Amino acid sequence: ASDVSVLWLPLPRSLLTCRTAEPLEYHRSFLKENCRPDGRELTEFRTTTLNIGSISTADGSALVKLGNTTIICGIKAELANPTVEAPGKGYIVPNVDLPPLCSSRFRPGPPGEEAQAASQFIADVIESSEVIKTEDLSIDRGKLCWVLYCDLMCLDYDGNILDACVIALLAALKNTRLPEVTINKETSAPEVNLEKRRELQIHKHLVSASFCIFDDSILIADPTAEEETLSTAHLTVVTDEDDRLCSVHKPGGTSLSGERLQECISRATTRQREIQKLIDKVAHSVKKAQ
Amino acid sequence: MTPSACDKSAFSTMEVCGSLTVSLREFGCEQSLLSRPDGSASFVQGDTSVMAGVYGPAEVKVSKEIYDRATLEVLVQPKVGLPSVRERSQEQCVRETCEASLLLTLHPRSSLTLILQVLHDDGSLLSCCLNAACMALMDAGLPMSCLFCGVTCAISTDGQIITDPTAAQEKESRALMTFAIDSAKHSVLMSSTKGSFSVHELQQCIAVSQKASEKIFQFYRDSVKRRYSKSR
Repeated sequence: ASDVSVLWLPLPRSLLTCRTAEPLEYHRSFLKENCRPDGRELTEFRTTTLNIGSISTADGSALVKLGNTTIICGIKAELANPTVEAPGKGYIVPNVDLPPLCSSRFRPGPPGEEAQAASQFIADVIESSEVIKTEDLSIDRGKLCWVLYCDLMCLDYDGNILDACVIALLAALKNTRLPEVTINKETSAPEVNLEKRRELQIHKHLVSASFCIFDDSILIADPTAEEETLSTAHLTVVTDEDDRLCSVHKPGGTSLSGERLQECISRATTRQREIQKLIDKVAHSVKKAQ
Repeated sequence: MTPSACDKSAFSTMEVCGSLTVSLREFGCEQSLLSRPDGSASFVQGDTSVMAGVYGPAEVKVSKEIYDRATLEVLVQPKVGLPSVRERSQEQCVRETCEASLLLTLHPRSSLTLILQVLHDDGSLLSCCLNAACMALMDAGLPMSCLFCGVTCAISTDGQIITDPTAAQEKESRALMTFAIDSAKHSVLMSSTKGSFSVHELQQCIAVSQKASEKIFQFYRDSVKRRYSKSR
């Protein structure tokens, strides 16, 4: 039998909170002082940078960096037959891809639940807000229409991909230029003129704001990946420029009181103004350069 | 275990704030109707019908195990075809709602599997799934900190709020919201919305859903009371 004597010294907690060993305690010690490990306020969003039109082979593209989270969106327009239920409308097909490149959580193979849920969220947001009137995408009623394939790929996963996806999608749609299509009367075949292009009409300026709830009471905006895993609930609010809500997405988790929800909505409306200015500024500078 | 008889609640209308009416379609449920799952339930709201089965706590794959809690997996099977992206997003909503109310820390390194089979969809599908899930979890005897129920509200084009809409009403509505309300504090556990609406409309819908949830929780209570008083 081994004879081991252990001396146990109770050290003060503040010296012992190690980020990797006790992440929850580490974050709690910051939240007590009303700030976060990266120095942000509880309702502060990370620095957002936007780059439009970087992919020349796509009809529209945008790259968004929200802190470390990087999402790139590419839009390809193709000709297709409209669906039987809506012969006078085109359609938009968004797809969010979370490849193994962006984080060690994702394994190669078919898209996981998070990617599919994010794709469904983006599809619902596009449909709910009517950011693009699908009638604008119709070329020949019942026979020909545009279908926009929006591919959103995450290059770096540091939390809050939904916000970054919505910004990237909106910026890429603003950047999209569709070629002119004329129907040849004799052959009734479509003729695409790649030189002459027209812009898409964007009706609503959508911006999303994500929050997460810590310990059932503390609300923080724009969570990083670490904060997301430690939080007890997530909430995403999507607003447009008329202060109408297009989506209040809270996929379960601990409950949220009415006042907290109201705080989130007001923060989302201020965020909407900031991002609208950013996207307009960048789109304007791209147009000037062309 | 003999399956309990079908419990039907009469069509109910309530006046809320004078101008808002909370009317839910006729709903019914049956528990312990399947022999293999540890818990099962079938929930019917009007014509919408969902069957739920729960297996667990059972052994979990090492890749999926969590050291201090049970791993909950939810599968939503549509009536026709294979599960698509839409079902994945419904699964995420149901799973996180169940995780908030189940006491998962009592079964570490175990797996709980909840399977929801859509038998018929006539509107308010997500809320019917949530109700069936809660009844199945109760039937399985899994420890829960609170019960939850699902309520769907639709805002029609003229601004009227309709609770528990049919598929036809959903199609004509301007906005559609589904909330999961918990039984302890009557607060919103889950929110899934479609269409655009104002902040005031959102708050009205939450108030209406909380009122409607009281009726559903009373139904849960009556249903379970009847079942256990019969099988004595």
